[in-house]
Amino acid sequence: MTIHRWTWQSKLAFALATGVILILALVPTFATDSVIERLTVLFIYVILAAMWNALAGYGGLVSIGNQLFFGLGAYMTIRLADAGINPFAAMLLGAGIIAGLSWVLSLFMLHLRAGEFAIGMWVLASIAHLCVNLDPLIQGETGTSLISLNAYAIADRRMMIFWAALIGMVGLLALLFAVLRTPSGLAMQAIRDNEEAADSIGVNPMRTKRLFFVLAGFGTAVAGALWLAQVSAFQPKTYFSVQWTAYMIFMVLVGGLGRFEGAILGALIFFAAETWFADTGVWYLIGLGAAALLFSLLLPKGLWGWIATRTGVSLMPLGYRVQMETPSK
Amino acid sequence: MTNILIQAVLLGGYYALIACGLAFMFQVMRVINLAHGSLAVVSAYAVWSLSDSFDMSPFIALLAVVPVMGVAGWLLQRLVLERAVRGGELLPVLSTFGLAIVLDNLLFQQFGADTRSLSPFVGDLSWEAFELPGGIYVGKLPVYILIAVIVIIGGLDLLLKRTALGRQIRATATDPDTAGLVGVDARRAAGIAAALATMTVAVSGAALGLRGTFDAYAGAPQLLFAFEATIIGGARSLWGVLAGAIVLAVAQSVGAQIHPQGFLLGGHVAFLIVLFIRLALKGKAPLRLAKIARLTRKGAAQ
Repeated sequence: MTIHRWTWQSKLAFALATGVILILALVPTFATDSVIERLTVLFIYVILAAMWNALAGYGGLVSIGNQLFFGLGAYMTIRLADAGINPFAAMLLGAGIIAGLSWVLSLFMLHLRAGEFAIGMWVLASIAHLCVNLDPLIQGETGTSLISLNAYAIADRRMMIFWAALIGMVGLLALLFAVLRTPSGLAMQAIRDNEEAADSIGVNPMRTKRLFFVLAGFGTAVAGALWLAQVSAFQPKTYFSVQWTAYMIFMVLVGGLGRFEGAILGALIFFAAETWFADTGVWYLIGLGAAALLFSLLLPKGLWGWIATRTGVSLMPLGYRVQMETPSK
Repeated sequence: MTNILIQAVLLGGYYALIACGLAFMFQVMRVINLAHGSLAVVSAYAVWSLSDSFDMSPFIALLAVVPVMGVAGWLLQRLVLERAVRGGELLPVLSTFGLAIVLDNLLFQQFGADTRSLSPFVGDLSWEAFELPGGIYVGKLPVYILIAVIVIIGGLDLLLKRTALGRQIRATATDPDTAGLVGVDARRAAGIAAALATMTVAVSGAALGLRGTFDAYAGAPQLLFAFEATIIGGARSLWGVLAGAIVLAVAQSVGAQIHPQGFLLGGHVAFLIVLFIRLALKGKAPLRLAKIARLTRKGAAQ
């Protein structure tokens, strides 16, 4: 009997992923402006999905208020950039501050259960929205924009934001991957499977949940800051909209809750759906809601969960596999 | 000041009306229905459509909408919640959130961005007031809403505590499998409970339309108010929810006195403070208020 993490599929997937990332890094040298901008959006979606999945899929914490981190990430960037810090440094620093804030929030939010936590986060997002509106720099719902980015020429700016988003996405995915492979990450997956059982074998759910909560706060804040850099305008209403969480839920439910690959797959599907159907306006949103409803009822493990249980494929070596050696005759 | 307090209590009556259905579902089925606010707005539009097309009093229209929403609640339980609950406690949150998005946007598709109100259909009632001693005027409508919520909560309370159906619902809430063993039809009890909750939602939808204006996306704030009132009230009894709703409304009014934009913030802050105190008393928050309380009691005893 042997125990191993890597399969030939996951080795192949890893090699492919490395290749894709390298090619993506070179995209700005040959692609058109609109391709660069759309890919930046895709990277942000992948971050949003992966972070919501970290919270819900591994931490068992379904949040309807992740727009809290998204909006505050953008707001902190505006605030720090206004204080004279380089906008790109402000994005990272702002996200770091939000990570600190999410640690404070975790002290009491993590004691709420299921639905209470979900709407409790929504209330927090609403509070943050109202408080940001009070800041004279933001001018209420009128909003403001990240003016200091204008120091860069428009073509340079587009490339820098693209690379920032790529680095952000790869870095956060790598961070999540690394966390999931540590003992506490394994503990998290144990809690996902059964909290009582995990508790009984000595896994501390609170500490590991907190780790994922802070990670999700940081990552979602990075996504908010990147979105701000991309569109440059900051209107509190659009950033603190619950629609962001609706998108995250759609991506993760369709892709596969609690599956590393699922969030990425979901982000790709959402990106495609948006590209093709966003023109249909309200019907597009109705479709997103209906898909979330149907997937949660009929296919709660999402597409990747369905594929993985059918075929046993695991592209990301997160768990351990036990292989029984066939006895030789 | 007295005037502000009285108006806040009346506003709390509306919040209790919207919250009692949510709290009832939470109590008996351990489910927080995120489509709760959207269902209230659906009812408001239903009452509005009947009143508008048949030139009908909204109160008569409501008589028709309540049973329809009851059936909708029963279907919600059978088709969505029953299935979702089996998959753990997270799935109901996700599926009802999906449902809320569908309902909100369908309403927007049907009725557009214009705000609607039921007040044109009730004539003078929307502005008539009772005069209290001391020159305080209270609107008749908010008083009727407060009376309605007291009647509804009293009715639900009696039903749960005094009737066979109420015992079945409570038994199902505690343990559906054991309830099934002793001959309770758990599916029927859960279905009826959901229908009752949604019928109160229909009434709160009408109240929403009578008090002011609403649009397709008005469901989300109603859900937040209902949730905050439920949590502040402690979610254990429906009378507690009424108290929680009044606390929420008073906090909002105080917030509005402090800052022109402080109305919503005041309510949210009250919610957070109550939440924090409750967790601290359980010894779960960093301050460990329970420990402090024990120490002070010990100190007082010595």
